[in-house]
Amino acid sequence: MEQFDFTLIDWSRAQFALTALYHWLFVPLTLGITFIIAIMETIYVKTGNPEWKKITKFWMTLFGINFAIGVATGIILEFEFGTNWSNYSWFVGDIFGAPLAIEGIMAFFMESTFIAIMFFGWNKVSKGFHLTATWLTAIGSNLSALWILVANGWMQHPVGMTFNPDTARMEMMNFWEVLFNPNAINKFLHTIYSSYIVAAVFVVGISAWYLLKNREIALAKKSILVASLFGLIFSILTVGTGDESAREMANSQPMKFAAMEGLYYGTDHAPLIAAGVLKDDPIPENKDKKDFFFEIEIPSALSYMAFLDGDAFVPGIHDLVHGNEEQGIMSYYNKIERGKIAKQALTDFKIAKKENNQLAIEKLSAKFNDKEFLDNYFAYFGYSYFEDPHDIIPSVPFSFYSFHIMVMLGGHFLILFTVLLIFLYKEKLHQMRWLLWLTLWTMPLAYVASESGWIIAEMGRQPWVIQDLMPTMTAVSNIDSNSVIITFALFFITFTALLIAEIKIMLKQIHIGPNDGGH
Amino acid sequence: MEDIKMFENLALITLQHYWYAINALLGALLVFLLFVQGGQTLITRIGKSEVEKSMLINSLGRKWEFTFTTLVTFGGAFFASFPLFYSTSFGGAYWVWMIILFAFIVQAVSYEYRSKPNNFLGKKVFDGFLFANGLIAPIFLGTAVATFFTGSPFHINDLNQSFWDSPFRGLELALALNHYSTYINLSLGLGVFFLSRTLALLYFMNSIEDATILRRSRESLLKNAIPFVILFLFFLINILVRDGYAVNEQRVVSIESFKYFNNLIQMPVVFMMLVVGVFMVLFGILRAYLKHEYSGKGIWPTGIGTVLTVFSLFLMAGFNHTAYYPSTTDIQSSLTIYNSSSSHYTLTAMSYVSLMVPFVIAYIWYAWKAMNKKKIDAEEIENEHHIY
Ligand code: HEM
Repeated sequence: MEQFDFTLIDWSRAQFALTALYHWLFVPLTLGITFIIAIMETIYVKTGNPEWKKITKFWMTLFGINFAIGVATGIILEFEFGTNWSNYSWFVGDIFGAPLAIEGIMAFFMESTFIAIMFFGWNKVSKGFHLTATWLTAIGSNLSALWILVANGWMQHPVGMTFNPDTARMEMMNFWEVLFNPNAINKFLHTIYSSYIVAAVFVVGISAWYLLKNREIALAKKSILVASLFGLIFSILTVGTGDESAREMANSQPMKFAAMEGLYYGTDHAPLIAAGVLKDDPIPENKDKKDFFFEIEIPSALSYMAFLDGDAFVPGIHDLVHGNEEQGIMSYYNKIERGKIAKQALTDFKIAKKENNQLAIEKLSAKFNDKEFLDNYFAYFGYSYFEDPHDIIPSVPFSFYSFHIMVMLGGHFLILFTVLLIFLYKEKLHQMRWLLWLTLWTMPLAYVASESGWIIAEMGRQPWVIQDLMPTMTAVSNIDSNSVIITFALFFITFTALLIAEIKIMLKQIHIGPNDGGH
Repeated sequence: MEDIKMFENLALITLQHYWYAINALLGALLVFLLFVQGGQTLITRIGKSEVEKSMLINSLGRKWEFTFTTLVTFGGAFFASFPLFYSTSFGGAYWVWMIILFAFIVQAVSYEYRSKPNNFLGKKVFDGFLFANGLIAPIFLGTAVATFFTGSPFHINDLNQSFWDSPFRGLELALALNHYSTYINLSLGLGVFFLSRTLALLYFMNSIEDATILRRSRESLLKNAIPFVILFLFFLINILVRDGYAVNEQRVVSIESFKYFNNLIQMPVVFMMLVVGVFMVLFGILRAYLKHEYSGKGIWPTGIGTVLTVFSLFLMAGFNHTAYYPSTTDIQSSLTIYNSSSSHYTLTAMSYVSLMVPFVIAYIWYAWKAMNKKKIDAEEIENEHHIY
């Protein structure tokens, strides 16, 4: 049994969570507002109305402030796989590295080239060229999101690869399977659509503040029109893709699915918990203990969500740990045993290599090419690192609350955009002060929803860094925990200082408004 | 892609060489683009009035993202093509990379935030960030490149997991002054630093329309170029007379005397590139210094020369059966292009992606041609909407 340094593992995870959550404070706005700006500039170019140019430039200034800190917090994520997760980087680099490199070549250069024209090119290139550059900035930034989400999708649902015992790593067999992994596609769409909501909320929130202050009325109303329409469309699409993600999860990560619904015992006609308050993390064996203080259920909806069939059986945490013969579910105990057999085969292979025992090498190599061994044993390789199946259960409260907060807020945004459009159309928006206040205070909620999405996606799959194949604890770099504790502190201080600077600058620019030209 | 098989039939060895060369090229471009960093350390030297400083900062501010993006792409490309290097070096020399990364993190916000009102830290701090980035990035990156020749303390187990054999996590490569190789590392680090300043001066002369800035840049040119040349020669001579790390057909690594010198003799094309590169670097500097009409053009030969020189250095370190990332504590753990690369399949797929690179360069070129029709001058700085 290997020795794990849990201080190191926990701090490495904390650092990754910190840097990723910080980075994600800025990315959604970039992904969405670039399109909103591109739409506004298109209206300007089509109508020739200088008011639209002023609006475009105003949002562009705010975007620039956000973009800079997005870049600053982003670079670390790319290198952190190497610095803090080096065992991971070797184990899956053959697959994971490619999307990252493509991202650099395809997307980052596009983004950084055209963003320069967007900011500095107003008087240097033609209107049409400038507009093209704005659209290409938006497309470029969204393409960067594509590749990293393909990589993330692969970690949640690994496909298109095989294990090579010689190099002791996963190797890519089919690029297209990795790219068109349904998990990755859904993740990409859900992420960008939901980010468009964040950007739309940002725009309507600031515009609502102007209306409350009786300033920049024309700018505010025009911005609310564009952003609410944009936000409404993508709120609907976010629900659709989120629903699809849930179905994907029910198939490839049933434990995460059970945790996110607080489902300890599987049933058919499983109800969806629309809202509820969990009791403290009950152990799955304790059948009598009730898991909720209270809950609001929608009958059979969970079965429907998971398998598009209201009668379907949805496995709970208990079923997954102990198995459920009736439903054909293998227990974690069994998976651990099988994983250990796979691991032993790898150890034997390495010994045979050292002793240069050709016969054994051949026999074991054949094993790693044998479908029966791969499907029934190697598929559970990662379980070999565990002794107790209870260590393979993610935190239920984290998963449950983050998912439910995200979904509830999704409903809130959808209704808000609709109501804003209605009152705008009736020309009553300016008088609806409560609605304007609500819109303003929805701004932080958009960020909460978006970060919650990542919390369910990443906390819900623990303890796996690569589903069923690599536990998080084996993925860390072989370094001392003190170094990581120090860098954690440095990141915390630096990013917090930069965030404060960003917010202060942003607030000032909003105060100054569009007229001053954004200096 | 089914019918035209451009890369599928190439041997793994060919793809490994191809990808090592691409990384080398990205590394070489990165060193050239460090002129942004060099420039950041020269703002107060070359610019005395606020307008002058502003012109300098804004001329750099429109280019910093290229350097940044090239660094990120360099990291990504190495990860994709030689993941064992990525995991060994980044996970091993933890503190070296963390310091480099922090230097880039603070740079990324500084241009945008420095002159904005209500910016919390104040203009001085953001300018300090720019200076720190300009100092740290070239020195540390240059020192790191030198270790491709001088080696690092690490070993790799039979599951290809790497372990760094020094508690200083890479800092020993620049600080262990009781090792002669440390001086070789530092000579390249400091050499790249002075090179980046030299390039920056040539860049200012090229892109800013201002007599004072031009004059001051020319005056500073030799003060930076001469230290650069001395440091670089020290590095080059040491490398050429040094033992190197050879790898044979059985993939066994051994020490070979004059390995890097032999590499140059055995790879005449690389030798030529090195000679031409060095010549172009010097030519651009001297001409810009001596001939006034020419001073705006010096950046071109010196820039291209820099790319050629660094490119050939990387090839010297990794081609011709050489271990490009030698281990000083366990020689058989040394990384070669053979034992550290991605699979044939991945390198093939990535090779198709690499076909996009010329296209990327073309649009960058086109976009900047449209933007650079006119040099930056005081008038533009006063009227620009988006100003740093
Ligand atoms: C309204 C209905 C929604 C549903 C049914 C839904 C469903 C889901 C599911 C199941 C996941 C986890 C996917 C995985 O772990 O593989 C997820 C993740 C995520 N969600 Fe939502 N979501 C909804 C609304 C929102 C909203 C309103 C936002 C933000 C404004 C949002 C942002 C995210 C993000 C950023 C992620 C992480 C990326 C990913 O895994 O796709 N979601 N969502």
